[in-house]
Amino acid sequence: MKRTALYDAHLDSGAKIIDFGGWEMPVQYTSIIEEHKAVRNKAGIFDVSHMGEIKISGKQSKDLVQRLITNNAAKLTRGQVVYTPMCYQDGGIVDDLLVYKLDTDQFLLVVNASNTAKDLRWINKNAEFFEDVEVEDKTDDYSLIAIQGPISREIINSLLEDDISDMKFYNFINTNIAGVEAIVSRTGYTGELGFEIYLDSKNAIEVWKTLIKEGEDKGLKPAGLGARDTLRLEKALCLYGNDIDESTNPLEAGLDWTVKFDKNEFNGKGKLQQIKQKGIQKKLVGFIMSERGIPRHGYKIVIDNEIVGEVTSGSYSPTLDENIGMAYIDKEYANKDTEINIRIRKREVKAKIVETPFI
Amino acid sequence: MNIPNDLYYTENHEWISIDGKEAVVGISEHAQEELGDIVFVELPSVEEELDQFEEFGVIESVKAVSDVFMPVSGVIVEVNEDLMDEPEKINEDPFGSGWLIKVEIKDKGELDELMDSTEYQAFLEEE
Repeated sequence: MKRTALYDAHLDSGAKIIDFGGWEMPVQYTSIIEEHKAVRNKAGIFDVSHMGEIKISGKQSKDLVQRLITNNAAKLTRGQVVYTPMCYQDGGIVDDLLVYKLDTDQFLLVVNASNTAKDLRWINKNAEFFEDVEVEDKTDDYSLIAIQGPISREIINSLLEDDISDMKFYNFINTNIAGVEAIVSRTGYTGELGFEIYLDSKNAIEVWKTLIKEGEDKGLKPAGLGARDTLRLEKALCLYGNDIDESTNPLEAGLDWTVKFDKNEFNGKGKLQQIKQKGIQKKLVGFIMSERGIPRHGYKIVIDNEIVGEVTSGSYSPTLDENIGMAYIDKEYANKDTEINIRIRKREVKAKIVETPFI
Repeated sequence: MNIPNDLYYTENHEWISIDGKEAVVGISEHAQEELGDIVFVELPSVEEELDQFEEFGVIESVKAVSDVFMPVSGVIVEVNEDLMDEPEKINEDPFGSGWLIKVEIKDKGELDELMDSTEYQAFLEEE
């Protein structure tokens, strides 16, 4: 099992550790609900160093990236980031990731921890079509700290060499934080104002502690993967392995906006075009429970005794104090306000399709 | 870790307190801590008759779904209705206001199959 550079700091903070994609990660420090609320109201700091970082460089790096992803990286200038699915030829999703344009002919792909090895194989296979590209796994070099929440900017800004008051969403800079080199991007997985800090693993503990020291009096709390999951769910952000995987495609997942049919050939383009023309069969929707019960991954959706879908993510929502979920539902039923039933253990419990994000 | 010595415990971390023929059942301090924030509880109906170690309900935290099992056979005489709106009481006071059910015990002999507080303490250390 792998550990991040911050593992000892988590133990010192009383974290409960779980296995997540082969990593020993903090699921919570004090309480998921408390940490969730800290992020929504003040700020939370997350260790997400388990995320994979894959660097693609060389004269044809842009061509390789463009072949791999459904979104368009050609338009990126240095200092910009794009969110994108990466698909197989059949339109199934290999992974969803962020692409950072580090420089001309240099991209950093930030991928899901549990997919890093698979992604590397897929990327290397695609790299065979190009002569001048280099693919490097940088996962162990980088630590990744996310600081998320309404006061995240003021906490981080006081420790930075550069002022980030005007930094736009999905932009980044190379800067210094607490005296060490870092990439700081305005990105995150909580739907709040927030930043992600990429830094050399040997500096991770120092920066983590400095950030906590700077922020704790203002309400900053360390937050674990439990809160990360409830935070992203309230904003209906897809989680790979739950809401999207190799058997689902970006169009069904409501990620149409990340599929740029107007760019040149990319993996899955033909198949996705076909799906788009024919129309999708199922659609990822959000729902709120109308009766008592918590929806969980894998529970069936029933209408008139017929199974019409399956829950992909579900949880208690600390912000709404309701139970919410996402599900793939047959296209004909996937409309706002439709009443559905979730099969929870032996019962059918009522829910209603709503617009997402939930908050 | 709080482990009251006047209770019996199961390997699934339920506790039971005995008062004549009637017993109260809940989950231990350790169990609530392992689960984290409890946000949902499903309990049986009053008058339902259940066997020892049979599932009688479900407790869900933000992250986990956990079944709870009868420490002894018996008939449900009362369930803690307060938990429907305030499941967090199980976290706050697992041996008190966070109790789950009251049971009319059929066979006190079944208590022999449970652990006392010393045994439970040892069991937790081993686990």
